[in-house]
Amino acid sequence: MTDTPILPKEEIQKARHPMAEATEMFMKNHAAVAAAVVLMLIVLAAIFGPYIYPTDPFDMVWAPFSPPGEAGFLLGTDYLGRDLLAALIHGARVSIVIGLAAAFMSVFIGVTVGALAGFYRGYVEEILMRITEFFQVLPTLLFSMVIVALFGASLPMITFAIGIVSWTAVARITRSEFLRIRELEYVTASRASGASNGKLMFRIILPNALPPIIVQSALMVGSAILFEAGLSFLGLTDPNVVSWGQVIGSNRQYILDASYTVTIPGMAIFITVLAISLVGDGLNDALNPKLRQR
Amino acid sequence: MTEPRNDDVLLDVENLTVRFAVKRGSTFGHKSYLYAVDDISFAIKRGETLAIVGESGSGKTTAALAVARLVEAYQGKVNLDGEDFLQLEDADLRKARAKVQFIFQDPYSSLNPRVRAEKIVREPLESLQTVPAPERQAIVDKLFTAVGLHPEQQRLFPHQFSGGQRQRIGIARALATQPELIICDEPVSALDVAVQAQILNLLRKLQTEFGLTYLFISHDLGVVQHMCDSIAVMYMGKIVEHADRLSLFNNPLHPYTSALLSAVPSVDKKRREATKRILIPGDPPDPLALPKGCRFANRCPAAQPQCEDSQPPLTEVAPGHKVACHLVDEKAVSPL
Repeated sequence: MTDTPILPKEEIQKARHPMAEATEMFMKNHAAVAAAVVLMLIVLAAIFGPYIYPTDPFDMVWAPFSPPGEAGFLLGTDYLGRDLLAALIHGARVSIVIGLAAAFMSVFIGVTVGALAGFYRGYVEEILMRITEFFQVLPTLLFSMVIVALFGASLPMITFAIGIVSWTAVARITRSEFLRIRELEYVTASRASGASNGKLMFRIILPNALPPIIVQSALMVGSAILFEAGLSFLGLTDPNVVSWGQVIGSNRQYILDASYTVTIPGMAIFITVLAISLVGDGLNDALNPKLRQR
Repeated sequence: MTEPRNDDVLLDVENLTVRFAVKRGSTFGHKSYLYAVDDISFAIKRGETLAIVGESGSGKTTAALAVARLVEAYQGKVNLDGEDFLQLEDADLRKARAKVQFIFQDPYSSLNPRVRAEKIVREPLESLQTVPAPERQAIVDKLFTAVGLHPEQQRLFPHQFSGGQRQRIGIARALATQPELIICDEPVSALDVAVQAQILNLLRKLQTEFGLTYLFISHDLGVVQHMCDSIAVMYMGKIVEHADRLSLFNNPLHPYTSALLSAVPSVDKKRREATKRILIPGDPPDPLALPKGCRFANRCPAAQPQCEDSQPPLTEVAPGHKVACHLVDEKAVSPL
């Protein structure tokens, strides 16, 4: 055959998966890479910090309201004389675990609902999308407050409360991607060769629908951390577990006298969520082929 | 490969009808139905090629999808090798699916962009489980050579191929399950002319090599003339004329067929002047409010009052030449 100019060997050798190309694209986005590094540090601090800095965040270690740097306490103490650095390090665990777990839960529910609705259409879609809309019109903070107030403020329940109110966006994105991709000819081709519905949904359509879902779930981690902070600020948190929002909430009356007790954990939340957003943005650019050529 | 027996019918489609529910107005508005394919019948002999031609919206692609059971048929039978394909379930269906494969129009959307070429070709074998796993790679290697691709190219992703090469991958995928019938849905209309010829020649070569039967969907009469043994012309979901290639091109009987043939451009000046362009004014009727009589009557240059009143049945006016027109009788003379 004459029309098949064979590519040079090296080009065939480096025939890379589209995901590998996306990774390279991500690496070119310096802000996103920097944010990813910051995020790594925060995660490492959350995992190993308590072993390196074992001070109990609930112990009264020094006089109350001693400003940062005094008496060897790097970030000072709060209104009960508790070490703020210890609170920050121990609180990172809760914030990040809740953020990841709630995002995972909402992605799991959202992808399942969206995939079924977009793939089967018809009545399945009608019912699932009405349910999605029901959850969408609920006032999210109020609804999760009700769940936590009713069933107790344990960490799993807080995670559940955040996850159950935030899966709708993922469901809608997944559904719209499925609606688009299910009509493409390669899906028809797989159907013609006898692929089962499960294979079509999860092996053929889902991998092609993933990019926007990945971006959305990265952003979801950030908003789940914010959500948790909001709930614990309102006191709806496990009082035996320290978290960033809880530190802000318990010190809020002293914001004028000792502003650092509120601003320091606030900055921690801000930096974490900003880093997650920048990473999400970088993923969006890397995974969206329309922006590749910019 | 067994020598194709000439009188052996592989595919026999009877009274195939496909309709789609169309909602008009609000959620509570009543449903009406669009008959995309309306009661068509045709048969293809083993080893031969039948073309279905027609304009956009004539239902030719829908008919092809319904034959492959990729769109649900409302009525009718698709007898494949003596079995009704539309009635099969589960394991039987999977076995029968291996016999009917599809080549798509758009080589860009017909290949999964996240999967290497070798896996695209191997996928039907994995889904249908007709061949044990260790033998699959050998089949893929053989198919790559058969469609004129280099075995080294198996590692590449679809975006690294040209349009013609992508269509070759699509053909290799269709061949993977050793099908008997391949439905080609405008396989070359997205390619440029030089590549079109290569792909058409490849399809013909593979037909003799593997004893394939083609159902060839096209709107390009030049391509059809090159490829097909017989031709069915569709208009608004109906077959208006069905004949073997020579009698259709030499003696088109339905006014719509004549108009189609007269529209084929020619570079030959003499031929261009010899053929009289038959213009058909107006638009096809609204598919949701089809006329009572002949569907072509409102655009037909030869229309008579009777054409508006009743639908002409598809009748055989000469051996092997069927036409659906009130104005054509046993003498097989075009009304134009």
